[in-house]
Amino acid sequence: MTDDRFAINAQLAQMLKGGVIMDVVTPDQARMAQEAGAVAVMALERVPADIRKQGGVARMSDPGLIRGVKKAVTIPVMAKVRIGHFVEAQILEELRIDYIDESEVLTPADEECHIDKTAFSIPFVCGCRNLGEALRRVAEGAAMIRTKGEAGTGNVVEAVRHMRTVNREIRALKGLSREEIIPFAKEHGIPFELALKTRELGRLPVVNFAAGGIATPADAALMMQLGADGVFVGSGIFKASDPSKRAAAIVKAVAQFKNPAVLLEASSNLGDAMSGISLEKIPAEERLATRGW
Amino acid sequence: MNDDRPSLSSSLPGQPLGILALQGGVAEHEAHLERLGVPSRLVRTPADLDGLGGIILPGGESTCLSRLLVLFGLDRALRQAHAQGLPMWGTCAGAILLARENIREMPHLGLMDIAVQRNAFGAQLDSFQTTILAPLLAPEPLPVTFIRAPQIVRVGPSVRVLSQQEGYITAAEDAQCLATVFHPELTPTLAFHRHFAQRCGWVFPESVPFLDPTWTPQRWMHVHTSSD
Repeated sequence: MTDDRFAINAQLAQMLKGGVIMDVVTPDQARMAQEAGAVAVMALERVPADIRKQGGVARMSDPGLIRGVKKAVTIPVMAKVRIGHFVEAQILEELRIDYIDESEVLTPADEECHIDKTAFSIPFVCGCRNLGEALRRVAEGAAMIRTKGEAGTGNVVEAVRHMRTVNREIRALKGLSREEIIPFAKEHGIPFELALKTRELGRLPVVNFAAGGIATPADAALMMQLGADGVFVGSGIFKASDPSKRAAAIVKAVAQFKNPAVLLEASSNLGDAMSGISLEKIPAEERLATRGW
Repeated sequence: MNDDRPSLSSSLPGQPLGILALQGGVAEHEAHLERLGVPSRLVRTPADLDGLGGIILPGGESTCLSRLLVLFGLDRALRQAHAQGLPMWGTCAGAILLARENIREMPHLGLMDIAVQRNAFGAQLDSFQTTILAPLLAPEPLPVTFIRAPQIVRVGPSVRVLSQQEGYITAAEDAQCLATVFHPELTPTLAFHRHFAQRCGWVFPESVPFLDPTWTPQRWMHVHTSSD
């Protein structure tokens, strides 16, 4: 990826700011998401809640399904590949989708290396739980970051934890002198130059969305007020009783995330949210966020 | 912000310019206006339109933006503001919102006699940077970025073309609206912001450049507005 290509890819993410990216499993759901005001859709075979329930190895979706979604909408289409599975990424680049998500929601293909995203022209978004993880992904070529949260739970607690962790670590970095950045970068596993850049910017050097467990308009606005540039909603929409209404309400809440009157209206009469899982009920080995490093 | 650069402040202050701030590339326009010394205001409700010298409809997703315009009553408010003479500039998705005709889709605000073809180049892999010529605005080539961009495929008699590539128009204006299918706000190009601000009553000294040599891709990250 040339520097120019990276810049254009990071800039597409900039144009998605203030928006909601929705998981969809069929062309019909994709159309509904677009109609509700999604800025992009994530095409996949199973939403994270079902991946969690059904178990087994979760892989890149059938390109035929992704192609169907691509035909159904005019907004950008994203799709997931397994962590480290650069051949799945080559396939999706050939399919010419708009963004690849190297995602912990799928079963990792490599427990050591993530994909060298600089080897591609297509943009990547990657998950993080903290500043170090975010900047390692940027170093590998990710043009967009999302905090991971815990996908498929309908529980926003991990998304909050990850966003607060990134924010706290950036604040800590900002308070450091130049020579103090070296030990900080070492401790957090961050390339020095990116640590320096992040300190100067006072934020992640690429667009950062929140993901994982967002189920209500209030959840989405919470993540925005914590500093997210936008949100991903996965199982939260199509596992709810009235997906179309909920999708539109989340879009509305994100557009005016600081306006309580709008949030009140967006939160009212939506039907049942997905039921959700408390995090203590999920054994450590079934947590998705700990995949990747 | 760094203070080691020449002041670009305009000589005659006009009214602040609005930026529709429901979704998309808002901070990028703020940063460009700030660089020109033009104050901006984020527009999220009809009341935010009061006292503006003009409004920018930014890039983003036009389907999302058009839905949000209706939700917050801004479609009617913008049509009304247009009827009262408020200058408007749409970049990329914003140009789609302004267009009277949207090939194979419904038009949105329909305030400018142009036809646009949405997402005319294909997927993100087809997005590109290039330089364009807009001789009525600036003597030098201007770098701009096309991101999943539309094309202007027809302009009405009231519209004048400001820039074109082979086979399609990239920038045009009528008495009240400016439409650009590319993003000058994602590049060092200040010429379009300067031009639009002038149309909104701002006057700039000759020394204000068409390109900002101090621009960086992260400039938008430094934007802090009082209204946000």
